[in-house]
Amino acid sequence: MGRITLDKVTKRFGDVEVIPPLDLTIEDGEFVVFVGPSGCGKSTLLRLIAGLEDVSGGQIRIDSKDATDLPPAKRGLAMVFQSYALYPHMSVRKNIAFPLKMAKMDQAEIDRRVDNAAKVLNLDSYIDRRPGQLSGGQRQRVAIGRAIVREPSAFLFDEPLSNLDAALRVGMRLEISELHERLKTTMVYVTHDQVEAMTMADKIVVLQAGVIEQVGSPLELYHTPRNKFVAGFIGSPKMNFIEGETAAQHGAHTIGIRPEHLTASATEGLWKGTVSVSEHLGSDTFLHVHDTGLAESMTVRVGGEFPVRHGDTVYLTPEADKIHRFDEKGLRIA
Amino acid sequence: MATQHSRAAARIMMAPAVILLLGWMLVPLTMTLYFSFKNYLPLRGGDLGWAGFENYTRFVTSSSFWPSILTTLIIVGGVLFITVVFGVLLALLLDRPMWGQGIVRILVIAPFFVMPTVSALVWKNMFMDPTNGLFAHLWRAFGAQPVEWMSQASLPSIIIIVSWQWLPFATLILLTAIQSLDGEQLEASEMDGAPALKRFWYIILPHLSRAITVVILIQTIFLLAVFAEIFVTTGGAFGTKTLSYLIFQRVLESQNIGLGSAGGVYAIILANIIAIFLMRIVGKNLDN
Repeated sequence: MGRITLDKVTKRFGDVEVIPPLDLTIEDGEFVVFVGPSGCGKSTLLRLIAGLEDVSGGQIRIDSKDATDLPPAKRGLAMVFQSYALYPHMSVRKNIAFPLKMAKMDQAEIDRRVDNAAKVLNLDSYIDRRPGQLSGGQRQRVAIGRAIVREPSAFLFDEPLSNLDAALRVGMRLEISELHERLKTTMVYVTHDQVEAMTMADKIVVLQAGVIEQVGSPLELYHTPRNKFVAGFIGSPKMNFIEGETAAQHGAHTIGIRPEHLTASATEGLWKGTVSVSEHLGSDTFLHVHDTGLAESMTVRVGGEFPVRHGDTVYLTPEADKIHRFDEKGLRIA
Repeated sequence: MATQHSRAAARIMMAPAVILLLGWMLVPLTMTLYFSFKNYLPLRGGDLGWAGFENYTRFVTSSSFWPSILTTLIIVGGVLFITVVFGVLLALLLDRPMWGQGIVRILVIAPFFVMPTVSALVWKNMFMDPTNGLFAHLWRAFGAQPVEWMSQASLPSIIIIVSWQWLPFATLILLTAIQSLDGEQLEASEMDGAPALKRFWYIILPHLSRAITVVILIQTIFLLAVFAEIFVTTGGAFGTKTLSYLIFQRVLESQNIGLGSAGGVYAIILANIIAIFLMRIVGKNLDN
């Protein structure tokens, strides 16, 4: 079981309110990702759930029991830290066994659980080494191992992949998703990377300045962002925003159009512009188009190859039904 | 060509330092070795010729030799124990954010800046004096008979004085070590269910092991040569005669330079035995 409810949770550091009253429910077995730009309070929120920070107001309930004032160890949660926080003077085996040893579990049971975790995470081959002798990905696995042996009601991940290189990050992302499928335990995951959020989450919580901007499934956020901030944050490359005359024609203050919903043509189209940079990825081509008179720079995603170079003229046409409309406050117009 | 030139230049540039170091170490060492084989009594006839190993046998067979070794080891061991234990506790305390942290830290470091002679005199006259000392007043306030520190508890007194001087050094090194501990490790162990004492035992103390090694190594080297504190307090009486103090007495009080030099050679041997012993046991900590 692992249902976490935040009820009017507030956090102040001195006079600064980093998290204004916030309500959120994380259902049992859900993979929830907190995403937002750095300094948006997502890590603080996770630390509040973990109990590493005290709440300034409101209530945290885990499995409908009040956990607001419980110490971290009593909440039945396990956390994986950004720096992995492995104990450098202990072997991998001892690192993983540490929480069980603290729980005064008997040695046979500890051995059984550690061996099991080692098998699940493939760390048999380096179980007797020390963290200093492991690579980043291996350390990450050990940190996850230390979390799963406790059989917690929920896992908390604090930007666990940000210290890994790009290739390893994709691999670990898959592993964590698989782990979730297998364990079916609640996972709360903090990241600033919207790709991680989109690929892993059952439910994404987009945060800005301590405020929840939108909660929903990845595709909900992609198709119907509630405001300009979410629209700009979710999706890569970023959505293009157009203001003024063109937006007014659509009855909005701002319209947004994703790069993949623009068609580019060398001969004809709605908007004319000049290519400044074209990024050829093979599978896709990203064009950065200037001088459209709409926005400073428009990004277009074209499938496959598109033979243009710096200075060439292109014509852009949006897919009419994929245009997002926002009012002056940045809220979505349905 | 270039490397040969630069090598030659490097030799020339390093020469002053090397010559100075050699002069500093080799000249006294050879002179000590030379005199240790001589029968040399400056006020009683001067150089009376070669003595062979007589000085060495006389020094060891003297009734003060083994007690002096024991005293040396007790002082070194006692001071190490007190400075490491209290150093760790003080470092933990100073690591906490508190009001007036800057001033408190300076106050803690202050004893290190006081010259050994001065601090020993201050302790002897202000605290441990049996009639006017603060301890005597304190004892009397409780109706107890004041302790005559220098005679009744001479070794503990010296250990207290020397520990007071070296505690800041230990605290400072251990404090920097504590500050270098990754906060996430402590948080992780907290999440893992380790209460404060176990966090100290399983996370903080292992992290400090290297710093403790450094403290022990450096302090041992200096503590083996403790002299001023004994000279101005007990003058070597009441069982406080260390090896270095014994050598001093042989050379200056008995005016027997040959005998003192032989003692000096024994001191070098003792220091090396302890150094090798320490390197073997605790030096391993420095490897990883």
